[in-house]
Amino acid sequence: MSETALPNPTQSKKDEKNSRSSDIRQALLIPSLAVLTGLIIGAIVIAISGANVFTAYGALFTGSFGSPIELVAGLRIFFSTGDTASLVKAIYPFTESLVTATPYIFAGLSVALGFRCGLFNIGAEGQFFIGALCSAFVGYSITGLPAYIHLPLALLGGAAGGAVWGMIPGYLKARFGAHEVVNTIMMNWIAFRLSDWLLNGPMKASGFRPVTPNVQPTAELPRFFADPLRFNWGFVLALVMAYVVYWLLFKTTIGFEIRSVGANPDASKYAGMNIIKNFVLVMALAGGLAGLAGSSQVLGVDHWVGQGFSAGYGFDAIALALLGKSHPFGVVLAALLFGFLRSGATDMQSMAGIPIDIISIIQGLVIIFIAAPDIIRWLYRIRSLKVENTVLTRGWGK
Amino acid sequence: MTNVLELRGITKRFPGVLANDKIDITLREGKILALLGENGAGKTTLMNILYGLYKPDEGQILVRGKEVDIQSPNDAIERGIGMVHQHFMLVPVMTVTENVMLGVEPTKNGVFLDKEKVAKRIREISDQYGLEVDPTAYIKDLPVGIQQRVEIIKVLYRQADILILDEPTAVLTPQEVDGLFKILQTLLDKGKSIIFITHKLKEVMHAADDITVLRLGRVIGSIDPKDATPEILATMMVGRDVNLVVNKKDAQPKDVAMEVTDLYVRDDRQNLTVNGVSFEVRKGEVLGIAGVQGNGQTELVYALTGLLPIDNGKISLLGEAVKHTTPRNILERGVAHIPEDRQRHGLILSFPIHDNMMLCTYYQEPFAKGVSLQQKKIISNAEELVKQYDVRTPNVYVNVGTLSGGNQQKVIVAREFSRPIQLLIASQPTRGLDVGSIEYIHSRIIQKRDEGTGVLLVSSELDEILALSDRIAVMYKGQIMDILDAKKVNKEALGLLMAGVHPENASTKN
Repeated sequence: MSETALPNPTQSKKDEKNSRSSDIRQALLIPSLAVLTGLIIGAIVIAISGANVFTAYGALFTGSFGSPIELVAGLRIFFSTGDTASLVKAIYPFTESLVTATPYIFAGLSVALGFRCGLFNIGAEGQFFIGALCSAFVGYSITGLPAYIHLPLALLGGAAGGAVWGMIPGYLKARFGAHEVVNTIMMNWIAFRLSDWLLNGPMKASGFRPVTPNVQPTAELPRFFADPLRFNWGFVLALVMAYVVYWLLFKTTIGFEIRSVGANPDASKYAGMNIIKNFVLVMALAGGLAGLAGSSQVLGVDHWVGQGFSAGYGFDAIALALLGKSHPFGVVLAALLFGFLRSGATDMQSMAGIPIDIISIIQGLVIIFIAAPDIIRWLYRIRSLKVENTVLTRGWGK
Repeated sequence: MTNVLELRGITKRFPGVLANDKIDITLREGKILALLGENGAGKTTLMNILYGLYKPDEGQILVRGKEVDIQSPNDAIERGIGMVHQHFMLVPVMTVTENVMLGVEPTKNGVFLDKEKVAKRIREISDQYGLEVDPTAYIKDLPVGIQQRVEIIKVLYRQADILILDEPTAVLTPQEVDGLFKILQTLLDKGKSIIFITHKLKEVMHAADDITVLRLGRVIGSIDPKDATPEILATMMVGRDVNLVVNKKDAQPKDVAMEVTDLYVRDDRQNLTVNGVSFEVRKGEVLGIAGVQGNGQTELVYALTGLLPIDNGKISLLGEAVKHTTPRNILERGVAHIPEDRQRHGLILSFPIHDNMMLCTYYQEPFAKGVSLQQKKIISNAEELVKQYDVRTPNVYVNVGTLSGGNQQKVIVAREFSRPIQLLIASQPTRGLDVGSIEYIHSRIIQKRDEGTGVLLVSSELDEILALSDRIAVMYKGQIMDILDAKKVNKEALGLLMAGVHPENASTKN
């Protein structure tokens, strides 16, 4: 039979390319269908609640991407008169979506990196808070530095704060075998209460509200446009970090160890890897990324930290990592999706009167479909690639 | 004589592969049919069809002459077909009774589990078929051989009269194998019929009434065990002449590669499992460690390779003492390790072949420069090794988990042999492999020996120990009973040592 013959090298190169591109297609297919199905079911829910689906989704679209008609009109006015007001109004929703996506990218990368090493970082929320507070502190307390020193310092402060917050559960796991899920949850509570205290005490700005002072302008992530557009360098930094995480995971020996330990700790030990070191390292890196999510929000968008500052970024991050299959680029796509949905939802509520919670329902559905891809496979009659892979070599004998 | 089971023209296609091609087999009542074939010959697919896990594309299944449609394992059980899987389907933290009743739980008053009833039935089955087992024991505390009995009881409890045993001896010690054959005989006496899937030739000739050989999804032929020899069967299985005897020259032992003095090792549960062991392995010789599994061999190997700490004693490698050391340190001193459990320790199944080919040396040149992995070097290394060690795979990018057991083992052997090594520690190197792969791996080990590598071979297969070793140490209860010259040893004496009895004392003790 033909399968006993070894394929020639050129054939195997072609096979490899084919299998890679089909891998990518498969990787994108299920999430795309999951999103589509989520939107369809969301539409049914909207219809049942008595609203007009087209109005609702129309508002969702213009709320997240902006209205194409307004964009054309804005451009026309800009080119004829030089007046930017309408153009700014037209691109505002799109830039706002990117602004919303920014902390999602960082936090999603944090959880994804943990997953790659077999660690479940539920502590991104706490690390986010600590990162935000550290960045805010460096941002407002130090004065007189030039921006090119102050801004990196503030970012570094946030990353370091998050890293410490992540490393503690990592160390507890490595040293005492304490499960990181329990410990990161506990660290979240410590972070929440610590931030309550800090915001009401040592870090409180003058006035009634429990918020920090504004960071110095030298610590702000520069914005690309004038107000009200809040789109800033944080987004670019997030994309750069996604690439860095990708490079680290797939192109370096460090990432090889991380992925090995995640995939098979016993074999990693056999191969001479230090599992404990990897646990601590990955939890610190993951904490640092979640910390940067907080930093990007403080330094790029709000410029101060108040109570309830996070809005659950750290918890949504778990969903993002799942949706993105723990791949940095997948996480970016997932974060963009969440950014656009979240940001569009506000308009949907104000313009179509659809409660913002419908977005949570859609997100929830998407996550269910991602977590149970067989539902999607069954709905769309997709054959599982995995099964095909296993039988691929069944005839190869010996 | 009636045929309890007939498969006619069973064909099953998977994308790109014809797993079963018009297969006909017949099982006679009260007989054992051995289904012989290499890994990937289609045996397991065929049995999964019979058990309702796959649907055949063509063909008929006849039970006692009547055509049946088996859609699910439940259908199969209803027709009296029971399967004992190669990998046991037992819940370790539950008792024997709980495992047996799983899925068919009888209740008292419709709510409470009636464990007594099941336990009573288990005792009846035990008595009737000679399957001794304590219904209240927890599975995790039972040796593998007894766990297999539980699997058989599970099938009998469901009133099967056709039993399919998938590679039942793969995980058993020689003694356990003997026990299994006794049980099978009792089952036959009580009117059961058995399909016995295997790739072990001697077992087949020993136990079977009929032998059908499969190769590449087709029936190659059926043969009466009386007419069969291992050579004939091997040739039918592999499709070419197979060398069942390892040809080797006399060993030329040189310097000491590893010296172990009075070694004590504790296992994960802190039990002292290696209890004062001393031996040496010289370069250019094979020291075989024989013994029934679970007598400390696993922990001994773990300690020698840095996977378990040493409790007491001395290990020296190439004249240098080894203490408080890590697997990496040992690896870098030129020790290769073929681990006992290849899927747990030896490979990362979800990684491609090329990454597994450099699993132990990923941080060294040429695979890495600084922290940067050199993808091209990694791929070309893997492609070369795949060719050199005849790993059957479409390319080096597929995950190692998709390869057959034999090819997975070849990946490990290729990886371990491709770096400069002074000592090879091979633990159960051919467990679960087929004739062709065993032949291949044996010849590679002897080749390494002849190149001047010291080899420590740990195996519970006596035939393997005898075929490869120059000296044989027998391990029993964490101690070495004796170290013998392989040329002067006989199987009987080894068997006694494996049971903890010195041959010269045997007469007085009995």
